[in-house]
Amino acid sequence: MPSTETLTFVSDAPPGEKMQLNMGPSHPATHGVLRLQLELDGDIITRCDPVIGYLHRGIEKLAENMHYNQFVPYTDRLDYLAPLANNVAYAIAVEKLAHLEVPPRCQAIRVVCCELARISSHLLGLGVYGMDTGAWTIFMYTFTEREKLHSLFEELTGARFTTSYTRIGGVGRDIPDGWLERVVKFCDALPRTIDEIDKLLTLNKIFLDRTKDIAPVSKELALAYAFTGANLRASGVPADLRKDRPYSGYENYDFDVPVGTVGDCYDRYLVRMEELRQSLRIVKQAAAKMPDGLWYAAEAKKIFPPSKADILENMEALVQNFMLTVEGPQMPAGEVYFEAENPKGALGFFIHSKGGGVPWRLHIRGGSFLSLGILSKIVPGHYLTDVTAILGSLDFVMGECDR
Amino acid sequence: MSSEHAILTRLLESFPFLTERSGSADHAAVNVPAPQFAAFAAALRNAWHFDMLTDIAGCDWGESATPRYSAIYHFFNTASSSYLRVACDAPAADAPELPSLTGLYSSANWFEREAFDMFGIRFKGHPALSRILMWDDYPWHPLRKDFPLAGRAVPLPAVDALPGARTRIEAVPLAGGPFVASSGNTMHSREPQGQDQSWREATPKPTT
Repeated sequence: MPSTETLTFVSDAPPGEKMQLNMGPSHPATHGVLRLQLELDGDIITRCDPVIGYLHRGIEKLAENMHYNQFVPYTDRLDYLAPLANNVAYAIAVEKLAHLEVPPRCQAIRVVCCELARISSHLLGLGVYGMDTGAWTIFMYTFTEREKLHSLFEELTGARFTTSYTRIGGVGRDIPDGWLERVVKFCDALPRTIDEIDKLLTLNKIFLDRTKDIAPVSKELALAYAFTGANLRASGVPADLRKDRPYSGYENYDFDVPVGTVGDCYDRYLVRMEELRQSLRIVKQAAAKMPDGLWYAAEAKKIFPPSKADILENMEALVQNFMLTVEGPQMPAGEVYFEAENPKGALGFFIHSKGGGVPWRLHIRGGSFLSLGILSKIVPGHYLTDVTAILGSLDFVMGECDR
Repeated sequence: MSSEHAILTRLLESFPFLTERSGSADHAAVNVPAPQFAAFAAALRNAWHFDMLTDIAGCDWGESATPRYSAIYHFFNTASSSYLRVACDAPAADAPELPSLTGLYSSANWFEREAFDMFGIRFKGHPALSRILMWDDYPWHPLRKDFPLAGRAVPLPAVDALPGARTRIEAVPLAGGPFVASSGNTMHSREPQGQDQSWREATPKPTT
């Protein structure tokens, strides 16, 4: 037992002095390059200032300097845990600007892509959340499944991670033979893993202690901070853009929107778990009634390039392809704002076009940007150990936040 | 879609200072003059039930345009799932300023900091208007149209830390680097080029 003198000697700070602590920008629990400036009174946080921008790449500036299709690979690098969903959101935004409708097959392929991306993102989110709260095993289960999913992505798009699958007016190529059957097979096998996570985590005493009643976000607060996606629904607001403003034919699928009650970390976890199961339902329905036909809008000659075979044989197609490659897809002047229900919340694209192939201004609204804006409000009052639980439950990704 | 346009008609009737914003490909869109904007936003939130400010996009219309800067707001009504686009021009191109909406919508806080960081639009009444994506000492507003795509050379952030680090710190090279196989050419002869051609390896980066 040390004497009082020793204690005062060890710390030259006067008693009651608050401690400044930097968490990040390189810290495993901050899920990327997020830095939190914390002020601690003992073990209790009294102030939290998030510092962002460490992954800022100026994507919006780049967008103003390239044509619409060239920007697709940059959307992979927004929410880099669900690149397919970003591709789709961006393509739909630009198509809305051009008042272009894609064929039903393209819409259904995009729905499959979006929901598989959601499953991939939530599998990672939940696995890492287990790690954040001390349950390391979950990550192994979810990552195994995620690898299988990425093999499917590779087969579809040619890349496991940076998919760049959509084009304005369609997708890069049609789904390969037998791919849908393999997707359905994956969807049939996944519930077993979800149940396993459920058994390991949902009623785990330690997990409950670490997440229940931690950082509750009320309905009003969630709306004021423009929460979207699973974080908003965990707070009890049944808002889902797939239901409320259906895009890409989401109105044709039957699925439920899970909603939380108090909006604490545990609710956010539960909502994501249920969303996994609902996404599987959507994928299965989409795979079962995948329409035949073209996977691109063939009539949009100033937007979608002709097929390779056509280019080699047909002069008109050659010129069309050349113009599209050099000038980009031709868009009318106008403004569009489209938000898609992405795994991390609504991903919005605001585009102001003055006509031609290059946007005048493209602004990206990332769900993660908004999820982090609330930290200085909800983190103070919690213990330092709760920070990891709070960050993990918000399921953000810095690529989308910093752009 | 039709309900959004019904809202537009009613808004235009209720607020005589509003004008319809042309060119919208989707949502109802209005222009609002900066002096009336704060009161209009309060009415949107309290009487028109737009409970979410879902996006603020700063915008630079070009060096010769008047007004040069605007901010474009997207409000969302979660009950009716409808968006409203509100554009507000910032008067005075040399010192653009708009009223802050942080008192009404907490989400405005970071969005306004972003617009300030990228365009230099100041938001009157913002509790702590500071840079958010770039570092505090950064001298430029990079999304302005007169800012080159290649960027401008600036001192590294936190130069005072360099002697303490006792190591040589160099900026990451734009071409080459340990993970890029060099083909011997300069970058611009190998890579597709952006529209901004003001800077190449042959000519140094501008500093002003």
